This record gives sequence, C-alpha cells and structure tokens, in this order.
Amino acid sequence: MSRIETLVNGVLDGDRRALARLITRIENRAPDAPAALAALFPHTGRAYIVGITGAPGTGKSTVVNALARTLRAQERTVGIVAVDPTSPFSGGAVLGDRIRMTDLAGDRGVFIRSMANRGSLGGLAAATGDVVRALDAAGFDVVLIETVGAGQSEVDIARTAYTTIVVDAPGLGDDVQAIKAGILEIADILVVNKADRPGAENTVRALRATLELGHRLRSAGHHGPLLDQDDAPPEPALDLWNVPILKTVATERSGLDELAGAIERHRAYLSESGLYEERARQRVQAELATRLREELLARLLDERSPAAVAGVIERILARQLDPGSAVRELLNGT
Amino acid sequence: MSEEKIRVLVAKPGLDGHDRGAKVIARALRDAGMEVIYTGLRQTPEMIVEAALQEDVDVIGLSILSGAHMALVPRVLELLRAEGLADVLVLIGGIIPDDDVPALLELGISGVFGPGTNTDDIVRHITATLGARQ
Repeated sequence: MSRIETLVNGVLDGDRRALARLITRIENRAPDAPAALAALFPHTGRAYIVGITGAPGTGKSTVVNALARTLRAQERTVGIVAVDPTSPFSGGAVLGDRIRMTDLAGDRGVFIRSMANRGSLGGLAAATGDVVRALDAAGFDVVLIETVGAGQSEVDIARTAYTTIVVDAPGLGDDVQAIKAGILEIADILVVNKADRPGAENTVRALRATLELGHRLRSAGHHGPLLDQDDAPPEPALDLWNVPILKTVATERSGLDELAGAIERHRAYLSESGLYEERARQRVQAELATRLREELLARLLDERSPAAVAGVIERILARQLDPGSAVRELLNGT
Repeated sequence: MSEEKIRVLVAKPGLDGHDRGAKVIARALRDAGMEVIYTGLRQTPEMIVEAALQEDVDVIGLSILSGAHMALVPRVLELLRAEGLADVLVLIGGIIPDDDVPALLELGISGVFGPGTNTDDIVRHITATLGARQ
C-alpha cells in the first residue's frame, strides 16, 4: 500500500495522527494530496459545518471553545479549524487560537487544527475547504471553522459553512462599525459576546437596527458570484430566516445552550426551506469556478514562456499595450 | 506548487507564569518563515503531546523556568514515543542549570537554549537539523 493510501485508510479508521499528517499534505499542496482527497470524497457530506467569524478581540476562539464543550455535552464529536494570518513579510505565522481552547485538551472527541492563511484573502486559507473535508471524512459530527479576525470583506466563510455565526462585542465602536460592516450580511446568527460588559445592550440594539435596515428578505443567491448557468433553476427560494441576536459570556459558558439551539434551528430551517440543497449547489458552483480559475491560470502560464509574459508586462509599462488587450494576446498565444 | 513550512509548537509546561521568553521565540521563528502554534501557559505534558499530534509539528519548543524540567521533559518524550512522534525535534529554553544539560541531551532533547541565546542560533539549529534529515 502506498504511503498516501495508508494515510487515507488511517483517516477513515479515525487515526488522529494519520489525519494530522494528511492535513499537512493538503496544506502543502503535496503532489499526492489530490488523490487522497478524491479517495476521501465519497465519505464526506455528513459533518455539519459551522463558521465563526468577527472582528479581532470579540472572543471568537473563546466562543468556539465554549460551543465545542456544549456540543460535546450533547455527545457530538467536534473538529475545529482555526485560521490565523500569515505574515506577508516572512511567510511565517504565530497561531494562537489554541490558547483559548485548553479546556478541550484530552478529549478524544475533539480535534483542533490551526491553519495559517498563507496569503489568502477572504478570512480562510485556500486549503481550508479541503481540510474541512478531511475532518468530515474522519467522521466528526460538527466542524467549526474559526476565521481570521475579520472586518468587512472576509466573507469566504459563508461559502464554506452551512451556518455562519458573526461574533461582536461591546465597546468596539459599534454603531458605525455595524453599519459599515458587510460581514453582517453573511450572518445567520449574531452573537454579542462579553455580554456582561457595559454597553452590551447598545451593541444588541445597534445590530438589530442594522439588520432591520438591511432587509432580511434576501434571496438565497447572496452568497457570492457564481458561474453563469444556462439552465438556471426555477425561482430561488426566499430566505425568510430571522437572524437571531444572542448574548453570550463565553468565558463562563453562559448563553451557549441558546447558541447551540439556534444552530439546530437554522439547520432545520435550511433543510425544510430547500435552501440547504440550493446552497450546496451554489457552493459547488463557486468552488468549481475558483478551482477552474486557478487550474487554467497555472496551465496557461505553463504554456507561455516567462519571456513572453515579461515582454507583455514591459509593453504595458511602456503604455504600448493596455492590460485588457494583453490578456487577450496571452490567451490567443500570439 | 508544493509549499512546505516548518511547523513548531511553542509551549510552557509547568506552573510558572512567565511567557515573555516563549513569545519572543515564537515571533523570531515566525520571522524566519515558520508556522508557530503557541499554546500558552500551564500546559501538561499530555496537552503538549496531544497538540503536537493534531498540529503535526516538526519541532516542539518547551520553555521551562520553574526548575521542574527533569520531571517534565522525560514525560513529554515518553508520551511522544507512545504516540509515534519520536521524530519530532524537542528544544528547551528557559532556566536550565548547565549540569542538567548532558542528561537532557542524553534523553533525546535536540538542544538546550538558555537566556541570552541569539534567536538566529535557534533558527539555524532547527533548519540545519531538519535539513540534514531529508
């Protein structure tokens, strides 16, 4: 048996070391990773994927820790992927999310993996989706994804998770931030953490006002630009989900049963409304589009000589060629 | 396309509450392009080895100021072997009396780096030791 087959079988058998090693190979885009993912794919689709995002300092890691403990009390196994930023200067990273998750140590029903985003924008690493699949195939009931401290544009999580939780906290310049933040639009559940602090009610009020402004009759298509389809599905289902605003004090595990309950309700809502399948289809479309883009770009650059690309760059710099024409020229191979 | 990064777990076992040195090391390793998982204070050997397993690290850096190294280090190494992680490099920093260093190296520790160590030396030690294996 090849090394990668051994790893795949180990993952399916629940071998934690095999899972950890396979995740590394996925992150590193090792040459044998695609074959492993292909072998694991038939075993995926069972885990429920929950995203947790929000600005730095709102307590995302602590919420993840407390939520995982609540889920464990319900006897569900939990995989956690915690993403932190890679330094643009050195390519290294300090991944500190485990500091807030020491409660979960020693529990074999939990597997935590820290990931550096390795330069990816959007709040996740390029490989996060595949790492989540590995955890799914390994049999975890729930996978929690914690994004990098996100502000306004890091909305990739909504394309990866079924339920997206946006965490806010009092005292972060609420009113203005809440209105600015495009990130609120991806929230299926809003959490005001550190709710024992002064100003928590103001934060709740500001969030509620923003939600009301932002009309909740969003169509299911709001999760991002997708491939155009000739055979467009009939009418998209209207998203009538009422985004709940919950208060938690994650350090004391207060409000966590309510949060776990809201996730369950959202999950039931998605499946009853037909949105679950619709979003699954959109997710596949979006992933295909991304992967095709990467693959086609790599293939094209493979076919064109570096000198040809460099020549085009020089001509654009000299104002002899505009970037749009340059792209057509490279595509046509002239 | 393949891009490998050296992954390092920096942990503070034992009961002392000073993690300044550990944080300095974490930052220096990051600046050398490594991915550093920092787990914080008061980690038991069991927690450290479990984190090392899940994070699939190449290196564990232990910062020990409490004087308990001769109790903690053998336990970490024993657990690593039990989990099939004997190939992980283990480095120690903090306050380690010179007299204990030979015994620690004998146990299988890859290096001991006391106060005043130039962080570049630690980076070089890691890259050279891991590089020699390949």
